[in-house]
Amino acid sequence: MNAKAVIKKYTMVIALVVVFALFAFLTKGRLLYPQNMSNLLLQNAYVLVLACGMLCCILTGGNIDLSVGSTVCLVGALAAKLLQVTDLHAIVVILACLAVGACIGVWQGFWIGHIHIPPFICTLAGMFLWRGLGRVILASKTIAVNNKSFLNIFASYIQIPGLDDAKKWSALIVGIAVAAFLVISVFTGRASKARKGYAVDPLGPALAKNVIIAVLVILYCNKLANYKGIPVMALWVLAVVFIYAFITNKTAFGRYFYAVGGNEKATKLSGINTKKVYFVAYLSMSFLAALSGLLMAARIGSVNGDTGSSFEMDAIGSCFIGGASAYGGSGTVAGICIGAIFLGVINQGMSIIGLDNNWQYIVKGSVLLIAVVFDVVSNHKTGKAG
Amino acid sequence: MADMILVMKNITKEFPGVKALDNVNLEVERGEIHALVGENGAGKSTLMNVLSGTYPYGTYTGDIIYDGEECRFHTLRDSEEKGIVIIHQELALIPELSIGENMFLGNERKGRFGIDWDRTFHEARTHLDQVGLKDSEHTLIKDIGTGKQQLVEIAKALAKKVRLLILDEPTSSLNEEDSKMLLNLLLEFKKQGMTSIIISHKLNEVAYVADKITVLRDGATIETINNEARNVDEDRIIKGMVGRELSDRFPKRPHNISDEIGLEVKNWTVHHPIYTEKVVDDNVSFYVRKGEIVGFSGLQGAGRTELAMSIFGHAYGTDISGQLFLNGKEVNIKNERQAIEAGLAYVTEDRKGNGLILPQTIAVNNTLARLDKVCSRGIIDRTRENMVAEDYREKLKTKTPSVQQAAGNLSGGNQQKVLLSKWMYADADVLILDEPTRGIDVGAKYEIYCIMNDLVAQGKSVIMISSEMPEILGMCDRIYVMNEGKMVAEMDVADATQEKIMAAILKSEKTENEGE
Repeated sequence: MNAKAVIKKYTMVIALVVVFALFAFLTKGRLLYPQNMSNLLLQNAYVLVLACGMLCCILTGGNIDLSVGSTVCLVGALAAKLLQVTDLHAIVVILACLAVGACIGVWQGFWIGHIHIPPFICTLAGMFLWRGLGRVILASKTIAVNNKSFLNIFASYIQIPGLDDAKKWSALIVGIAVAAFLVISVFTGRASKARKGYAVDPLGPALAKNVIIAVLVILYCNKLANYKGIPVMALWVLAVVFIYAFITNKTAFGRYFYAVGGNEKATKLSGINTKKVYFVAYLSMSFLAALSGLLMAARIGSVNGDTGSSFEMDAIGSCFIGGASAYGGSGTVAGICIGAIFLGVINQGMSIIGLDNNWQYIVKGSVLLIAVVFDVVSNHKTGKAG
Repeated sequence: MADMILVMKNITKEFPGVKALDNVNLEVERGEIHALVGENGAGKSTLMNVLSGTYPYGTYTGDIIYDGEECRFHTLRDSEEKGIVIIHQELALIPELSIGENMFLGNERKGRFGIDWDRTFHEARTHLDQVGLKDSEHTLIKDIGTGKQQLVEIAKALAKKVRLLILDEPTSSLNEEDSKMLLNLLLEFKKQGMTSIIISHKLNEVAYVADKITVLRDGATIETINNEARNVDEDRIIKGMVGRELSDRFPKRPHNISDEIGLEVKNWTVHHPIYTEKVVDDNVSFYVRKGEIVGFSGLQGAGRTELAMSIFGHAYGTDISGQLFLNGKEVNIKNERQAIEAGLAYVTEDRKGNGLILPQTIAVNNTLARLDKVCSRGIIDRTRENMVAEDYREKLKTKTPSVQQAAGNLSGGNQQKVLLSKWMYADADVLILDEPTRGIDVGAKYEIYCIMNDLVAQGKSVIMISSEMPEILGMCDRIYVMNEGKMVAEMDVADATQEKIMAAILKSEKTENEGE
């Protein structure tokens, strides 16, 4: 792979590094404070979770789900209300809320997958429906969330007494362990390929890539260690990201999302149930929206009628900035994570600088457009003869 | 000296990494029909795109002299102003607009306020009469067949005051009857003094219609054959195209047809999916033995594709009735997945539309129909997948640098091979190949035929739907003829001729008309 190909493949990573460096400079290093680095993750947790679901929808052919912000509101409201008026245990409430999310998913997936209602319209309807229902539950008030065990499950930090008193050593230890695993996995992966008699890729690039990631992990965990340690929310987010990365990259069903987006008719003639693919995409989206609703309720500590407004746009934006095709059929979880972090860094950086909220919108809009234009133009340029 | 309307001198056009045209020369005499032939990738379309200004002046080297003056076209519009109109293989018509609206799209007849629709439709009618299309100028494009759409394209060119008409594969999606009509129309225009350049793979048509035939190979001009006396035969042209004598266009095979029947269909009736009262296939029965290639001949719209797709897990049609037997046992197949599991494969006629996932790699396409074979517990083993694809690449001699190449980057013939690989990997016992050689060049056709021979040698049953009669006659053991949804004849290849097949079709139309 020559330099040009590397730059093309990692365009967004390079852009992220540039933007990060820019804001680190503009904020005079404040972006790098442990607290801000920790918040970067927490404030974008919902975006990462939603973007994973949104990717599956977009893969099926550039279809988006407009209802996720409203679903976040509805589920957040339900959780807050249940915790307020009943004595149910937090875990029961959580399960009930996730079940409601799944029901919303079944509802939308049914119309989109089986009745062929255009996703845009179906989820636009959902956007109004779930927002309205959420406000009905809230009775147009703000409800605080202060159930201890609920907050512990989503919004606490991992702190081991004795170990994590001054510096949160547990975070650093986890970081080093993950880093070691990343480096070792390069070798075990190669060994396993060699054992099965498959061709082995050259060691250099793969090792270099994982070493860089490992170093970043350690640096980041060190930041966390200097603040409050590993946030539980990070574990939730990582779990979702890993599960979706695995599904889209490794499983047969994940492959079907790409296939449907690439050519639906050909997929159907290959004996694949395309209705089910749509159904599952929207089911999983709403389920993740419900999880996001819980994360938001716990993080903010309250829910009101505007909770989750325009979350769908953040999720969609992350996907497109992260290289998902607006026509479907291509995009990766790793890419959309970069996209989400990219948006997150811009948001956070602008907030620290104290840029006016209205200007933040203008910057975000411009970035989104530039990213997609760049994607479209660079992909056309590589088109072959004729 | 002859009166040359067009001289293209030493045209060289490079794409990154490829020299698509290398010092190509083309001379076209006024009032002749000039054919441009060559295998896929020989540079025919590229040459025409240079001529029409699709590749603007400056992106190629060499001179274009049209009507005695040197031309430097920067856009398509520049060349159209001079009367050069190109009609592409994929028609550029908007389905939801009327014939008249389409004809003047981008060339609107403007009145004082906006478009003068009365004049538009009046002129449309005039040109439609010239091409002999009776349909109303207000009919929507989607409501007329491909043959008629092709005529609309020509009428559209006439509306642009065309003097040099370029047709890129005009008959590739037409049946024999419509093709013939189109070619005769070109001959008619020639009498009126129009010059045409025709790009075609169908060499019999080229021999029929062209006065001169220029052969391109690997981006270079090989020769120009004079056919004014209509004395050039297909083998002569093929020799120029492939650079050697292709002694036999259809590879021979030992005929080891088993007595066992692979697939049998009885009284199969299919209704149209939208206009449910319309019968698309009417009480059709047929069978195919193991080790046998059976051909389905007929005109376009005979219901062959619909028959095949409805058998393949009801992928087409509603209200399907009839019996289906596989290996002698009656089966009830309700969807595509069941069809694949039962050992059926339908290799579509429309590679791009519903065959391949063009942006995905060859490997992904290769395994899509039977992804479970490279999965364990739902998890894909990518290395194994690549090995499978690699294996088929070698077996079928697919020309590609790697199986990680997107299917969309391959030529038609190689795409067809990937599509065949996909269905061979699906372990089908009965393969239905729908127009397997449409739009691919002579060399690739031969290879596809060889693959078909291999399949039957393994005891599989092959059904080939084709509109090209020589191919049906050359490859099949037995031939069914369909017309308007009915099975009208069955003949052994030994007794079959093109005339007999056509006669069967025509006879059935006659009896039908008398019956009404």
